[in-house]
Amino acid sequence: MSEPLIFERSSPGRAAHAQRPAAAPQLSAIPESLRRKAAPAMPEVSELQAVRHYTRLSKRNFSIDTHFYPLGSCTMKYNPRACNTLAMLPEFLQRHPLAPMSHSQGFLACMYDLQEILKDVTGMAGVSLTPMAGAQGEFAGVAMIRAYHRARGDSARTEILVPDAAHGTNPATATMMGYTAREIPTDAEGDVDIEALRAAVGPQTAGIMLTNPSTLGVFERRIKQIAGIVHDAGGLLYYDGANLNAILGQVRPGDMGFDVIHMNLHKTFSTPHGGGGPGAGAVGVSQRLLPFMPIPIVGKDGDHFRWLDEADLPQSIGRLSTFMGNAGVLLRAYVYARMLGRDGMRRVAEYATLNANYLQARLRAQGFDLAFPGRRASHEFIVTLKRQKQQLDLTATDIAKRLLDYGFHAPTVYFPLLVPECLLIEPTETEDKATLDLFVDALVAIWAEAKRDIAYVKGAPYTMPVRRLDDVRAARQLDIRYQPAR
Amino acid sequence: MPFIPHTETDVAQMLSTIGASSFDALFDEIPPELRCGELKHVPPRLTEMEVARLMHGRAHQDRHGLSFIGAGAYEHHIPAAVWEITTRGEYYSAYTPYQAEASQGTLQLLYEYQSMMTALTGMDVSNASMYDGASALAEAVLMAERAHADGKRRVVVPRTLHPLYRKVLFALIDAQNIEIVELPADADGRTDIAALSALDAGSFTCLVIPQPNFFGVFEDVDTLTDLARSKGAMVIAVVNPVSLAVLRPPGEWGSGTSGDGIGVDIVCGDGQPLGAPLSSGGPYFGFLTARQAFVRQMPGRIVGRTVDLDGKPGFTLTLQAREQHIRRSKATSNICTNQGLLVTAATIHMSLLGAEGLARVASASLNGTAELTAMLCEIPGVERVFASPGFHEAVIRLPQPVAPVLAALASAHGVLGGFDLSADYPELGHALLICVTETKTPADLRHYRDALATVLAAAA
Repeated sequence: MSEPLIFERSSPGRAAHAQRPAAAPQLSAIPESLRRKAAPAMPEVSELQAVRHYTRLSKRNFSIDTHFYPLGSCTMKYNPRACNTLAMLPEFLQRHPLAPMSHSQGFLACMYDLQEILKDVTGMAGVSLTPMAGAQGEFAGVAMIRAYHRARGDSARTEILVPDAAHGTNPATATMMGYTAREIPTDAEGDVDIEALRAAVGPQTAGIMLTNPSTLGVFERRIKQIAGIVHDAGGLLYYDGANLNAILGQVRPGDMGFDVIHMNLHKTFSTPHGGGGPGAGAVGVSQRLLPFMPIPIVGKDGDHFRWLDEADLPQSIGRLSTFMGNAGVLLRAYVYARMLGRDGMRRVAEYATLNANYLQARLRAQGFDLAFPGRRASHEFIVTLKRQKQQLDLTATDIAKRLLDYGFHAPTVYFPLLVPECLLIEPTETEDKATLDLFVDALVAIWAEAKRDIAYVKGAPYTMPVRRLDDVRAARQLDIRYQPAR
Repeated sequence: MPFIPHTETDVAQMLSTIGASSFDALFDEIPPELRCGELKHVPPRLTEMEVARLMHGRAHQDRHGLSFIGAGAYEHHIPAAVWEITTRGEYYSAYTPYQAEASQGTLQLLYEYQSMMTALTGMDVSNASMYDGASALAEAVLMAERAHADGKRRVVVPRTLHPLYRKVLFALIDAQNIEIVELPADADGRTDIAALSALDAGSFTCLVIPQPNFFGVFEDVDTLTDLARSKGAMVIAVVNPVSLAVLRPPGEWGSGTSGDGIGVDIVCGDGQPLGAPLSSGGPYFGFLTARQAFVRQMPGRIVGRTVDLDGKPGFTLTLQAREQHIRRSKATSNICTNQGLLVTAATIHMSLLGAEGLARVASASLNGTAELTAMLCEIPGVERVFASPGFHEAVIRLPQPVAPVLAALASAHGVLGGFDLSADYPELGHALLICVTETKTPADLRHYRDALATVLAAAA
């Protein structure tokens, strides 16, 4: 059954009376010429109508709390409830971002501790928490690379190297910072093609953006060699933290030779994805990039915490958000980090890797093709359906949609772009063995269904609120807001 | 083991299936010299009970005073239902709605949000959110540059725009060779029309107009819009969404005499007043709406209504060819994750308040601010800085430097008295930006007046 739009529940004159001020508007202070003539077309509903509508809508979603989400590169692990409860203590919610330091020591202590924890797990010399999502963390990272070269008077560096397996945000970020993104190919084993890298670096190289383990689900084994090649050419190394979950407490980007890193706290530190944000993209830097970190940062004078700003970091790349980024998300990450502790960090990578390798082994045994069969999985791995596509016309999309009927969110599909018909599968450490086994059973069952009746599989899903949607119509006959019938 | 469900038996079976002897074997492709030892600065773990005790203690340290600080983040009443529903796991722990069939709840909610934001701003199209107000402005400026590709690369920004927005704008567009030209404020605290008139036609891409501006003052939006248009520039409005329940929406600014029709081109701002708690500055969300003609230049996600295989209506992300996961280095922006959960809260908040509820909030805020301003100006030596009318903020001047007065108000009276303007606007003297919303009672206002009178008298 579909749920009408909230606008279609609306009746003129109805209101949620208890939720609004009792006094009717008195607008005589506003000059007539600036006053709104007609009220905006907003819904007029009771409190119960709104509550019921949005509760019903929530039930039309998959979520981690209700379903397994083996989404590669997204780290959809359990979001502990305590993180939310404690970040939403009234004093934290009511603290104004411009409140005096005398009313901020508790909050700042949490942020300072989080900076220290993130420095340790990444092996970097400094951390700034302000970027509001992974892509903004990337922006900050590349901006610092740019600022570093400029501060040295080196203006000839115009290129950022990006492996062809990289997230789309990497080349998009390089462009936003005024750089040309140059792609580096991957070799047959899933590693960066070293000869191609050697040929690409030069005095025009500002840096390279790498994810390690890569989006191909394998650890880049020659990372020290890559670091040497790029550093020798005068470039810096940027670590995309999308896959930090795979190495937490095992290997540190700073020890691999990276100069700057962003972390997706909504992945590795288990803050909620929220149906598309908010994220938090804290950045860590090596010694030579410390002066360029985005502000504000929490500093400590004796027992007193305070913001470090332009006066403390005159070479900073500046402010990326009005205040200090997604503070409430950072509090959640802090609570999570404290509940994990130092041993818990190490176990995250161990069990995420165990789960991925287990799923990989089981799917291989069931006859699925791995993109990199000779490699150990990191926290994720790739199955390619090239053979199923050729033999049965069974595509990654078909599997993704049919999995929904089996009660599983789809893996990441068609990413990375260089593996045909790929499923990028990341189970995370918080899933149990029984769930993984059921997921294997579902994939095996769908393959068998496709052999019997491919048309049926292509018609999936059947049990969701809607069947496959007409995306072409959505783009051509653009309907992106409710317009009441006149 | 926190958040790990495996039993020892599970682990043994799984390692055996993999054919690995131990956990260490799972990392055998990593060069051994890169493996790190124990993390020395991460403390040992706390149980949920222990971490709760720690966090309650930290929160208690920041006990809240009676706050009159605004400056871009506003204390409003948020109906209880807003966060009760928003933190349901089905919203809270859902992924970005790329698998539309399994995300109809979030997608329909975003469509409703886009509908509400276009209605409030009087524009044709809205995206599904940006990070915050300041970064939304930077994206709006970049969008204007794409839409107005004549190579000017100059944006005109008034000094009456929030100083932190100006700093963020600079940081985010600096690398793209866009020049920022600043317009001064006039004696009434508004953008200096003469300074804008003096700019050559065709010499800049867009004008940014804040309404209300950082001082809480109403700008002469019609004249500014007409002037910018007559010079061939686009117009970007930066607005407070609550104020739009009572103020003419940017979609109606200007006289339309330039032939481009009435209204601005792009509207942006911070959605915080729509259901986001102050929360130390975030998470909030940025909103971005525009004329239909610019929809393909918009950054971020957009939800469209379409039909499924059976012809039944449904919702999906659309126009994705603009975005980084498809277009990569040629995308309209690098934005990926945005502020979905805050949009969920805002949509529920707007549904509960409706247009009338938002108008009541706006009215209570602006009348409360006028009342407090008048009360404070009864204190000898305190005066209003601008005579012109305004929204829920106002600038007053103190007879003494602001910082020590604010410190004394906070420590001795529990009053957070406002935002000190003397660093950002030294030309205004000992100026203080005060803010009142519907959350303040007449007794609260009197408490502030009495406290300020006491502090000033003691210092004098």
